[in-house]
Amino acid sequence: MIAAIDTGDTAWMLTATALVLMMTPALGLFYAGLVRSKNTLNTFMMCIAAIAVAAVTWAAVGYSLAFDGNGDLVGGLGNAFMQGVDFDPRPEGTIPELVFFAFQATFCIITVALISGAVVERMRFGAFLLFAALWSVLVYAVLAHWAFGEGWLLTGGTLDFAGGVPVEMASGFSALAAALVVGARKDYGRQALLPHNAVYVLLGAGLLWFGWFGFNGGSGFSTGQNSVLAFTNTLLCPATTLVAWFVLDLMRGRKVTAIGAATAIIVGCVLITPAGGYVSPGWAMALGALGAIPSWGIIAYRTRTRVDETLDVLAAHGAAGFFGILFIGFVAQTGWNGVSDGLLYGNADQLWDQAKAALAAPAYAFVATFVLLKVIGAVMPLRATDREEAMGMDINQHGEEAYVTGEGAILLLPDDHGKAAVPVADPG
Amino acid sequence: MKLVIGIVRPEQANQVLEALHRAEVRGFSISRVQGHGGEMDRVETYRGTTVQMGLSEKVRFEVAVSDGFVDKTVQALCEGGRTGEVGDGKIFVVPLDHAVRIRTGDTDEGAVTPVSK
Repeated sequence: MIAAIDTGDTAWMLTATALVLMMTPALGLFYAGLVRSKNTLNTFMMCIAAIAVAAVTWAAVGYSLAFDGNGDLVGGLGNAFMQGVDFDPRPEGTIPELVFFAFQATFCIITVALISGAVVERMRFGAFLLFAALWSVLVYAVLAHWAFGEGWLLTGGTLDFAGGVPVEMASGFSALAAALVVGARKDYGRQALLPHNAVYVLLGAGLLWFGWFGFNGGSGFSTGQNSVLAFTNTLLCPATTLVAWFVLDLMRGRKVTAIGAATAIIVGCVLITPAGGYVSPGWAMALGALGAIPSWGIIAYRTRTRVDETLDVLAAHGAAGFFGILFIGFVAQTGWNGVSDGLLYGNADQLWDQAKAALAAPAYAFVATFVLLKVIGAVMPLRATDREEAMGMDINQHGEEAYVTGEGAILLLPDDHGKAAVPVADPG
Repeated sequence: MKLVIGIVRPEQANQVLEALHRAEVRGFSISRVQGHGGEMDRVETYRGTTVQMGLSEKVRFEVAVSDGFVDKTVQALCEGGRTGEVGDGKIFVVPLDHAVRIRTGDTDEGAVTPVSK
């Protein structure tokens, strides 16, 4: 039976889609603030590039591989190039498939953008574009099929409300692989490499949180109870993560830090992503507080290692996604989600279903990304030269600077082909 | 007693700091400056407006040293600042008439020799 289109659901999902798309430039702002000023534009552009590349690959084959058919590991090509994606709803859906397609596309986009955090300040832009295109199909679409399509995790009973598998664990563990293959920045461990603008970081985190109401609130594909529960949990869980992070910061350094707070917002939103529509508001708050601890610990530990996973995608997304997925297995309540109970409410099987996802998704994401980058690295250099890295990626990859003054700049007329009469000393 | 002025690439500034540290030169100040020394290699484009950047960002080191430290300082600046490309910068050594340490009123050699505690 094909359900009728529900106008209320459709209106909300159109809005939610726009909210999620906004998260990618917001992530760009968050990441740009965390890098040095000479890499601001390159870092931001990796996120913008994710929109460009992943939207196209999603329309071409990604959507079809994720959502066409019921293969265990991967979908079919029936919807390739958007064949059959039109105004009719999917089975059991109440919104046009076009809206469903666009909503899912924004998820693929932000996941690709997230990984860039592991390789900023050194990876060549061209190599990143190729990586983004291939990763969005070979890793994202496959994991989206497992958890959201009719793949083996979904049919096997794993609960993943808004993307603990394909978004959070996939980006986190892929980021670790990417950092290992691309290698550390040349000055990593020798010089202090500090965030250049904490205000961008806070503003980016705030906009991400705002967008996340569409991300989690839209993942029920309706205005129904699961969506409403996820929406409110998206307020409560990150708030408690913030409080917990304040306490952890105070215990270590006797000061509450701004960049720590921005990180806590992201961690809290990630924690509630898989669990949003399945756990009670009370448990969502507990999840926010408890889940802060592993991410905080990994960030504190990682900076003492040689692994330059630059913007801590593994800690913020991989670890928090892992924690959130498992947490559902303990505290899911049929009374709240209408689907399943967790271990604490007498259903130990649910925990096992969650554990399968928590083991399989990181393993696939890590191995696939590692191999993919090794292959790309065999045909083109993955990173800029040391000299280019020292100059900054903005000038050498894009020919622009974020904070250009224009003083002493000589205008070149279009027909000069770069050889304008130079009004100041020319040694030639 | 000399004032050694070294103008280097910003991306080499940390190398220079390390070289100065190794040479045991402890007191100096740095500032961000813009300069032009003949290099015209940077072309940037903003929404169709293409410009050649006539002034480049540089970092200027000012190191006041007693005579025995002049060569070491110059060497450290060269070592840390050199990439071999046009635009590595310049070093100027100028005589210094007089120096005062404000806190103690120490003058000249005493003022440019760092306190060791």
